[in-house]
Amino acid sequence: MAAALFLVLATIVIGSVLGMILSRNPAISALWLVLAFAALGGLFGLLDAPFIAAVQIIIYAGAIMVLFIFVIMMIPRGEAFPPDKRKITLFLSILLAAVLAAEMFVSLWAVLRGDKTAGLSGLGSTSGIGRMLFRDFLYPFEITSLLIIAALVGSIVLSKKRGKE
Amino acid sequence: MIPLSWFLALSAILFVLGLAAFFVKRDLITMFLAVEVMLNAANLAFLTFAKKHGLLAGQVIVFFIITVAAAEAAIGLAIILLVFRQRKSIKAEGADLMKG
Repeated sequence: MAAALFLVLATIVIGSVLGMILSRNPAISALWLVLAFAALGGLFGLLDAPFIAAVQIIIYAGAIMVLFIFVIMMIPRGEAFPPDKRKITLFLSILLAAVLAAEMFVSLWAVLRGDKTAGLSGLGSTSGIGRMLFRDFLYPFEITSLLIIAALVGSIVLSKKRGKE
Repeated sequence: MIPLSWFLALSAILFVLGLAAFFVKRDLITMFLAVEVMLNAANLAFLTFAKKHGLLAGQVIVFFIITVAAAEAAIGLAIILLVFRQRKSIKAEGADLMKG
């Protein structure tokens, strides 16, 4: 079961990175990469790292890639999505909706049956990571906040239009 | 149980794919996306070794890598926008202002 899951997720990751390389449009490359990062989140879950898997999906596939897509949309490159792919878009969205519904049904079923969900304890538990972050890695953690402030200020200064002060 | 070497192999493949994409692609945004792929290959390797040795520190390092990647994306995309504003193009060849 776990090996099959690994093979499926690894195929999705490699396939979507190849899709990112082969597609000419940066917007579509970024969307392929969202898929790759979401599947990588699943692989992180297989490695006993549920917290990192959630962070991967929320921050990487969510926040960082949305930032990329925003910037891609700001740079004019003609038609973002060619309209001749309507059929496959419809098919893919139906497939995605079906997979999502099945996933939600399976997870709800496990909860309703009263299974203990994995990841509440063990190696990569959230409490363990929190304890590690605020005890052994306290200084790196604080320095990271400095880094983020610096990045924030830096990107504001960089993207400010000159001659308008 | 899945052999951990599979994860390392996948990590190596991902890193090589990211490296290849970095050199093949011409526009700055896709090159930047390739860098993200390489960072994620490193994350996968970190998590594999964290599981192998039963150490939580590897997972905390991955947390830091994700944070640094977010900061890097903010700065890098601002620089790309700046390049686009000056050169009207995001091709990597266009950014030759500092060439001697």
